[in-house]
Amino acid sequence: MTEEIIIAGFGGQGVLSVGKILAYSGIMKDMEVSWMPSYGPEMRGGTANVTVILSDDRISSPILNEFDTAIILNQQSMDKFEPHVKKGGVLLYDSNGITRHPVRTDISVYVVEAAAEAARMASAKTFNMIVLGAFLKLKPIVNLEHVIKGLEKSLPKRHHHTIPMNREAIQRGMEIVKPFEMGVTI
Amino acid sequence: MKEFLLMKGNEAIAEAAIRAGADAYFGYPITPQSEIMEYLMTEKATERTGMVVLQAESELAAINMVYGAAGTGKKVLTSSSSPGISLMQEGISYIAGAELPCVIINVVRAGPGLGTIQPSQADYFQSVKGGGHGDYRLIVLAPSSVQEMADFVPLAFDLAFKYRNPALILSDGVIGQMMEKVELFKPIPRTEQFDQSWVITGKTPDRKANVITSLDLEPLPMEKHNHHLQAKYKKMEDEEVRFEEIMCDDADYIMVAYGSSARICSKALQLARAKGVKVGLLRPITLFPFPKVRIAELAQRVKGMLSVELSAGQMVEDIRLAVNGKIPVEHYGRFGGMVHSPSEVLEAFEKIFIKN
Repeated sequence: MTEEIIIAGFGGQGVLSVGKILAYSGIMKDMEVSWMPSYGPEMRGGTANVTVILSDDRISSPILNEFDTAIILNQQSMDKFEPHVKKGGVLLYDSNGITRHPVRTDISVYVVEAAAEAARMASAKTFNMIVLGAFLKLKPIVNLEHVIKGLEKSLPKRHHHTIPMNREAIQRGMEIVKPFEMGVTI
Repeated sequence: MKEFLLMKGNEAIAEAAIRAGADAYFGYPITPQSEIMEYLMTEKATERTGMVVLQAESELAAINMVYGAAGTGKKVLTSSSSPGISLMQEGISYIAGAELPCVIINVVRAGPGLGTIQPSQADYFQSVKGGGHGDYRLIVLAPSSVQEMADFVPLAFDLAFKYRNPALILSDGVIGQMMEKVELFKPIPRTEQFDQSWVITGKTPDRKANVITSLDLEPLPMEKHNHHLQAKYKKMEDEEVRFEEIMCDDADYIMVAYGSSARICSKALQLARAKGVKVGLLRPITLFPFPKVRIAELAQRVKGMLSVELSAGQMVEDIRLAVNGKIPVEHYGRFGGMVHSPSEVLEAFEKIFIKN
């Protein structure tokens, strides 16, 4: 099993860190992992993306142009990565700030209203964990316990008190993710 | 269960330097390798082992600090990225001439000039043909994973001390910035494990003074010294060649690639095999000494070779020398900071070798 994922959005949305937590969760399940960020001028310009690969086998290229799953968190990333989802693959996005919804019909499209939910939960910091929960509902490559162990590994000790809140956010993401219906205004 | 960490390539190099028992690191920050010194500072290398970690005022200062410390028989390293490594070339030539061991890390970015901070493999010529003046060689190791970034640090030190020669780890922005799982080796204590008979740490009455210099104005002894260096490089070529072969046994065509490009090619290989095209990958691990004997052997039975590099084509020249006209050898690569994708590599391969 190999899952090739791109996570893309604005800098500050926690794109790189959600990728890191996902990679750490893979290690907790004894999988091979790679995490390749965009770096440099692209990041300074406000957009950030990271390619995360989880696999049972040795990982070949950390750089890809086709993905099993694209997690899209802003319009620029939608424009850039929608065409690069493999046929039959998954596109998961948050519709907050999206002006053009996905148009492809040969992939499965899902929506998670993570920004709105994070606002309801009164914690903007849970945003990326809600997104992660939605992804894991669609692609249960690792389970919640792997993620919690991954969080324990990747978060500095002083932030360990946030783990229960993150767990709740992941569970919330799993609940609220839904298929995108073409033609229905969100 | 083994313990794995998730680390950036740059962090893995820094942690490996601490664990390899390095005595000193001298450097100057430059993207995409600044995490190396940052890690050495934040992870308290000095408190952990007593090693010196010093931000020099420039790359010139850093490499000359390396020169001085290496002369005392200490395990010393520096790191930089392309423009910084260019600045160090005078010092590197002196260190090679004076026969001192040290480890130099180049996390390559695109040039020429200040270029861009994005990944590149355009420093191949500089690394393997001698970027400074004179007839010298560096031992050049090309890691293609974060694990190898860690493992090649102690290996580079061993080779550097074995041959009393600088060893260069030639990485790039991809391998430096990506995170993968790493299993770290057990720390090696900071002790003098190597022959210390040549070091300059103060003369005792029972022996003649050791002299470390790259200068000899008399041409005849200088020629003799050069012959000695050449014999040393020949020994490296005989004994230190390292490479990895992936699916070469039944291959009709071979891709040759190192570092990040080798990773991209291993995916291109899978795509080609899925189409029934028998492609193999030869990944040089040492770029000097170059696996030219193995490449010549493979040229006896395959139809063509494709050198895939993030450059306009540099290693391809060494492949052509090894193949010596037996089969076609072509080059493909994006460069200037752009990185080819596996499907771009496959498309180029098919265009060159299959569709014609």
